[in-house]
Amino acid sequence: MTADVTSALIARLTAMADDELLLGHRDSEWTGHGPLLEEDIALANLAQDEIGHAVLWYGARSQLDGADPDALAFARPAEDFLSCAFVEQPRGDWAFTLLRQFLFDTYEAEVLARLERSPHAPLAEAAAKARREELFHLRHTGMWVRRLGLGTEESRRRSLDALQVLWPLYHGLVAALPGDGVLVEAGVLPDWETLRGATFDRARTALVAAELDPGRDPDPTAAERDVVREQRRELLATLQEVARQDPEAAAW
Amino acid sequence: MVTLAGAISRAGVRSPADDAATLLQRAWTALRTVKDPEIPVIDVVELGVVRAVTLLPDSARPLVEVTITPTFSACPALHEIERAAYEAVRALGVEVSVKTVLSPPWTTDDITDEAREKLRAFGIAPPGRHEGLIEIALDAPVRCPRCEHPDTRLRNAFGSTLCREIRTCAGCGETFERFKPL
Repeated sequence: MTADVTSALIARLTAMADDELLLGHRDSEWTGHGPLLEEDIALANLAQDEIGHAVLWYGARSQLDGADPDALAFARPAEDFLSCAFVEQPRGDWAFTLLRQFLFDTYEAEVLARLERSPHAPLAEAAAKARREELFHLRHTGMWVRRLGLGTEESRRRSLDALQVLWPLYHGLVAALPGDGVLVEAGVLPDWETLRGATFDRARTALVAAELDPGRDPDPTAAERDVVREQRRELLATLQEVARQDPEAAAW
Repeated sequence: MVTLAGAISRAGVRSPADDAATLLQRAWTALRTVKDPEIPVIDVVELGVVRAVTLLPDSARPLVEVTITPTFSACPALHEIERAAYEAVRALGVEVSVKTVLSPPWTTDDITDEAREKLRAFGIAPPGRHEGLIEIALDAPVRCPRCEHPDTRLRNAFGSTLCREIRTCAGCGETFERFKPL
């Protein structure tokens, strides 16, 4: 693997891990506050899975540069994260949280199926592991999209409000990173344009079936993962608070 | 279990190869004392998470390598299983190294039939075998582990741990957990 490919792959794995970690954290903010006990538990399970998947991607990065996954999550400054705005948004209401999770799960279903075929073994193995677990996510959040869209006037209104924010930001989640071109050329990553189209089509089909037409595809703006937004700072301040106060806090 | 290695060792005829086979057999036996902390009735060997036990050459003392794979990637029991597996084999007086691999990914098809029965007796409906068709197994009918009634309903696709869902039995009215097919 050339130095160019290695550094591009480190960025790609870090971006994927950061997205999983931050979304898992946002979902976990509902723990103890869910509208129903069953749904509280379900969302806590989804949060736990996403954080587990962050561990997979940080682990795959670690095989390239030896970085410690715990240090990447808990000791890295906000400036060095590569998360996108889509996952950084505050949790919002229940409709916002479930629609975001549904859109994320849809993207993961498309991207993981492709990454599973990557010739780079650590990437393919992590994708294969995560993809099976994601089956449970999409079944659950897909059901919630129908329930919210076809439920009451209020659930529909709240869902459309959520989509107003989420749909334009969805592009940033799926968009290629500056180094992805090198990886696609080296055969490590799938064609990102095809992935983007497949993700938007799949999400749109499910949303339209729930009478939540999101409108035209999100604009292909830059992913802006290198921009430090206030939401990212606020999230990491909470996520890293204990580790910063006591770096020796061994295990809990 | 009757093994040729055991028979040879009992006959008092030993060679280094026999010693190695016996040691590995003892390591497997020791690993059967390690339970999944979240399901204390089944051990990690019958759960299918111990992928290999090998003797690494070229060390002063015997070095046994235990290869483990996680069930769910976010399973919090993994570190405890790694630690307990290390301790169990270490107690045989050998050096131990525990390695964790992701591939091939663990599936509930790796759980032995005997362990499935133990799960059922413990009150957890075991996962159906799916040979890769997970979604079909997920939607297949599930029998109540208490009264065997075939009509049970999904109440929550998520439960007390990542590997379980919650169901209710139309026969006895009890709520129970099912180990999800993965």
